[in-house]
Amino acid sequence: MSAGTGAAFSMRSNVLRHNLLTALLLGPATAWLVVFLVLPFVAIAVFSVGERAPEGGYQAAFTLAQYANLPARATAFWNTMVLAPAGALACLLVAYPVAYYLALRAPERWRLILLALVVIPFWTSLLMRTYAWMYVLGGRGIPALLAYVGLEDVRLINTPGAVLLGIVYGYLPLMILPIYVSLERLDRRLLEASADLGATPISTFLGVTLRLSLPGVMTGFSLVMILLLGEYLIPTLLGGGKVFFIGNALVDLFLQSRNWPFGSAIAITLVAVSVVVLLAANRISTRLSGARRVDLI
Amino acid sequence: MSKSYRDGLPISPEKFIDQLMRLKRGSIGRREFLGLTGLGIATAVMARELGIMPSPAFAQEGLGDRMSIATWPNYHDPATFENFKAETGVAVEVNVFGSNEEMLAKLQAGASGWSLFVPTNYTISTYKKLGIIEALDMAKLANYDGSQEDPRFTGEGTIDGVTYAVPKNWGTTGFAVNTKKLTKPMTSWKEFWDTAMAEGDGRTMVHDYQLTTIGNALKYFGFSFNSLKPDELAKAEELLLKVKPHLFAVSSDYQPSMRAGDAWMTMCWTNDGAQLHRDIPEIAYVLGKEGGEIWTDFYAIPKDAPNKPAGYALLNYLMNPKVAVKEHLANGAPSTDARVNALLPKEVLDNPILYPAADLLKPLEFGAAATLTDPGRAELMARFKSA
Repeated sequence: MSAGTGAAFSMRSNVLRHNLLTALLLGPATAWLVVFLVLPFVAIAVFSVGERAPEGGYQAAFTLAQYANLPARATAFWNTMVLAPAGALACLLVAYPVAYYLALRAPERWRLILLALVVIPFWTSLLMRTYAWMYVLGGRGIPALLAYVGLEDVRLINTPGAVLLGIVYGYLPLMILPIYVSLERLDRRLLEASADLGATPISTFLGVTLRLSLPGVMTGFSLVMILLLGEYLIPTLLGGGKVFFIGNALVDLFLQSRNWPFGSAIAITLVAVSVVVLLAANRISTRLSGARRVDLI
Repeated sequence: MSKSYRDGLPISPEKFIDQLMRLKRGSIGRREFLGLTGLGIATAVMARELGIMPSPAFAQEGLGDRMSIATWPNYHDPATFENFKAETGVAVEVNVFGSNEEMLAKLQAGASGWSLFVPTNYTISTYKKLGIIEALDMAKLANYDGSQEDPRFTGEGTIDGVTYAVPKNWGTTGFAVNTKKLTKPMTSWKEFWDTAMAEGDGRTMVHDYQLTTIGNALKYFGFSFNSLKPDELAKAEELLLKVKPHLFAVSSDYQPSMRAGDAWMTMCWTNDGAQLHRDIPEIAYVLGKEGGEIWTDFYAIPKDAPNKPAGYALLNYLMNPKVAVKEHLANGAPSTDARVNALLPKEVLDNPILYPAADLLKPLEFGAAATLTDPGRAELMARFKSA
């Protein structure tokens, strides 16, 4: 056996070993995705072309009737399509100054502590925290304090304002972190250069800082918006269940009227809409930030 | 200089999302809340620990050492299961649920693992039709005495002369009013709905449940609580849409809002009414004179129960009036069993919220299976909620 063949052989076996290793490393994650993402999705797709059994649940069929019936939940879709971007925008307006301060203004030694403070509330269930807001905004909470100073019978709970507050409170860290990350990587010399070249602080902010942090903004925005597309807890608890979102429609269809096929059709449509929103956000942010590729988590 | 953006972060974005999603699934143990979030079906929250394994010598012959029951939160005296374990060696695992629909879904999927469960009257015929509950072997329920039961309550558990379920307790669906805020006395559903649009504007709650919300809107016009007639449902829908902008909330979790004084009036089940009145005397419980709902929760045994002997043993134990009376004192619902009523303290029997006057009970209707599963009513409810 010549030395050359031996080297080629060992190279080939290296490649093989490498491929095997890659397969082994990817295996668990792939299996996880197939079992917990792909299979359930296929099941829902199959349900969505089925029929509701007389007592509720699913009965095999092939019909597009469930999709034809989607207009029956048009209001829910509309409400969701308004809530999701509006909530994400409100979150953004609150989050940006915080992220800006953390990344560019906060003293180095405080930064980690402040970041931890942003994240710590997340270690308690969103459910518990939203329930807590019910009591803060409810009659024995802030309205009772207002009554002391003469403002009687103020109602805060079950108003659109309460829902907005709950959303901003609940999702704020998700918006702060990606913006912080993109601002933190900002090359400060660009700010100096901009100032040296005669730009006002405002135009430096708009032309340099904001522009370079857009990937973070879009990541945070998409993240919050996608979670809001499926939101039902906050509107139910803080809005009194008076405004109907897709999340509420799904809960009712699966747990009350047990119309699984219709619920599945709505779920598939919601996923499709989310994908479109994601792609659009990606496209916009790529264009705005000067053709830099943007990764949405 | 390459610096990873993760260096300064206390937690990675991926971990962060994992954490968030995990936390989003957290739970609170209220019946309404479980229903609201659908967590019951996803997790079948364990209300109790299984406890230490009893020694085999201690366990009664053939009963095994453990079983599980599906029921509602805060519906039993915890001591009942402790005592049962002490007597028989069988540890009882309690699964609590938010709605009958979740229980049904879990049983229909098979292998629920329950040997006893607590369905409400209107689901029993559906369970029977689907063939997932056992025709009860009454010989194994020596403590049950049908002659001591009010036949109005046993009827829903018996189909074609075969007993599929025996009653646990009963109750009604009326409304609770804060009489300090709404001083005009009310006695009817008509007044409930009219007040919601007048003095009770912005302070009234209705259930997030089509059976009762649509049913009680039908009572405004004197129609049947269970009506499926399109013209009658159309009138109920018209009323509901008119009332909607005046409501404080559409929610079955009304106790916090009533207690805090945010809501002044709400549709209300017996147990909640009794608890609210006990703690806040100015909250009254009213049964509409036009009628409305009367309900019974039953005990039944699934066909695929993994430990039927223990299921029967526990059911028989619960049918012992001395045990049952403690259950009723713990959860506050009225009993169907004359032997239990004889043991209950006078102030419980005299409580008009728990044991209303006969003439108020007369027009009440049991919710029907068809009412609950009707797609038309489900769509009406969706239109009401999205209006």
